[in-house]
Amino acid sequence: MNYKLGSRNSLTISTPDGLSFQQTIATPYARGMAALIDLLMIIVCNFALSIGLGVLGALGSFFADAATSLMILGFFVTSVGYGMILEWLMGGQTLGKKVFRLRVIDQRGLMLTLPQVIIRNLLRPVDLLPVYYLFGALFCFFSKNCQRLGDFAAGTVVIREVRPSAPDLETLGVAGDNSFTRYPHIEARLRQRTTPEEAQLALDAIVRRDTLPPERRLELFHDMANHFRELATFPDEVQEALSDEQYVRNTVQTLYRKSQA
Amino acid sequence: MILDLDKFIAKEQPVWEELERFVVDKEEGKEQTAMPLEKANRFLYLYQRASSDLVRLKTFAGEADTAFYLENLIARAYRQLHIRRKRELGFRPLRWFLVSLPCTFRRHWKAFALSTALFLFGALLGALVLGLDYDQKRNLIPEQFGHLYGDPSDRVAKEEAAEFDNFASRQTFSTSLMTHNTKVAIFTAASGFFWGILTMILLFYNGIIIGVVCFDYLQAGEGVFLTAWLLPHGSFELPAIFMGGQAGLMIGRAVIGWGSELRLPERFRLIRNDLLTILGGAAVLLIWAGLVESFLSQYHKPEFYPWKITLGLAQLILLFAFLGYAGKRTSGSGKKRTEVLSSDGLSHSAQSN
Repeated sequence: MNYKLGSRNSLTISTPDGLSFQQTIATPYARGMAALIDLLMIIVCNFALSIGLGVLGALGSFFADAATSLMILGFFVTSVGYGMILEWLMGGQTLGKKVFRLRVIDQRGLMLTLPQVIIRNLLRPVDLLPVYYLFGALFCFFSKNCQRLGDFAAGTVVIREVRPSAPDLETLGVAGDNSFTRYPHIEARLRQRTTPEEAQLALDAIVRRDTLPPERRLELFHDMANHFRELATFPDEVQEALSDEQYVRNTVQTLYRKSQA
Repeated sequence: MILDLDKFIAKEQPVWEELERFVVDKEEGKEQTAMPLEKANRFLYLYQRASSDLVRLKTFAGEADTAFYLENLIARAYRQLHIRRKRELGFRPLRWFLVSLPCTFRRHWKAFALSTALFLFGALLGALVLGLDYDQKRNLIPEQFGHLYGDPSDRVAKEEAAEFDNFASRQTFSTSLMTHNTKVAIFTAASGFFWGILTMILLFYNGIIIGVVCFDYLQAGEGVFLTAWLLPHGSFELPAIFMGGQAGLMIGRAVIGWGSELRLPERFRLIRNDLLTILGGAAVLLIWAGLVESFLSQYHKPEFYPWKITLGLAQLILLFAFLGYAGKRTSGSGKKRTEVLSSDGLSHSAQSN
């Protein structure tokens, strides 16, 4: 198995059985926000610890010493161990990462191992230099997979967990009658010849059509419709009855339509 | 071949949904124990079938949404299928301490030697500067050690006259030392990312401070006090800091990549477990050093100096005997010595110093 340090926003993982899939890399912004939530959680933990041990300390001088000692130890464990413990127990997530749907994984697409969890958290101090994550953030911006130094040493990446849902065709205005459905064999050819990127581009164009200047809108849909006409040719009576924009809307509906079965 | 997407999705969706249920159960921790073979086979089958569906979908249909959904599902299933936790949970602390730690230490002994040498060089230089110009003392010792600015003989007289309370703030002091020194060791190691240069500077700088303090006490004729004060905890504390430096130099070497044709991530992968073992060992030493420093080192009664020095020396000798020889076993006729490898099996030479 190998990993490809590919595009800026995704990590392509190739498995030994010849399969490859992509994972969306988390942005430094999302990671920073998650880190802020984690910092807040650490502060809350330490505050709760102070209150709890303060009660113990009130019992006498021996207990006061023990309470202070436990407090120092507790602060150390929460600041160093917070990330380690949660990432290990929650499969690569801390509370901050969970809120922002981020997850730390091995850069080969595997689940984290314990040494990886410990190393990426132990080496955090150098990412924190000289002020709050400045080195880590700089390294994130300039590394291909948005890895901070600790991630480099541990061989980990932080991904954004996307739980895909089907586009809502009703709200896009592409639902309703689609003359393409009368020619299922040509629809099948259109689906076969359209790449996922082209499909996404057409969907984006439909979603943003109202934000385009009129002239640019006509021009864009003209080019797109011509492109899709070349991929699969529907009979003339279908083509003539549709404007360029309606042609692209029908195409998007064909490409994204789910089985009715 | 053209894929009839409607029929294809209708046929395969139950498979994907069943696979998703498996994945969710694993992700939510409902499947912590080992799966029965039958269930594991089913999981594998579903994963393979979904993988095959993804390939077909990408090849024969441009349905971006379903392909995206499948990619995500397969990525999650892939992580859960290749989980490697059971082996890690079988971690044996005693074997790790008695075998893995000394073997790993020896594999990277040159980094430790360099770390020690840098510190000693700093100490010598510090002593030399103070010897040449005693007025530099305040400039060489940081403010956080301000209690060392005064005359060593005054401090010795004061400490020897003081009553030692076994409990007064000892626990707090001990914990502070442990956590502070562990942070120092971790930071010294993490600094190795800057090609090892920052690690070297930190070792050298700390050496200067120790050199200045030692020279100051020796010059004042307080060598016995100094040895009885520093040796009991220093015999563990300083080697632990040097081990932090050792880890930092290993990281620095991996960053630079001298003599290695491997890529940076591979170089790090090779030293990862060793780094963890060495830093874990340093933490264990620092816990002991913290206890000793708090409960014994600060006990300054002259009649106990020989005992404290003897203890410190014994610790030092035992530590290096342990790091130098533990984990080795005699094989065959007894003449050939074979080193027992750490449980992670990373007995490679590519990154060995």
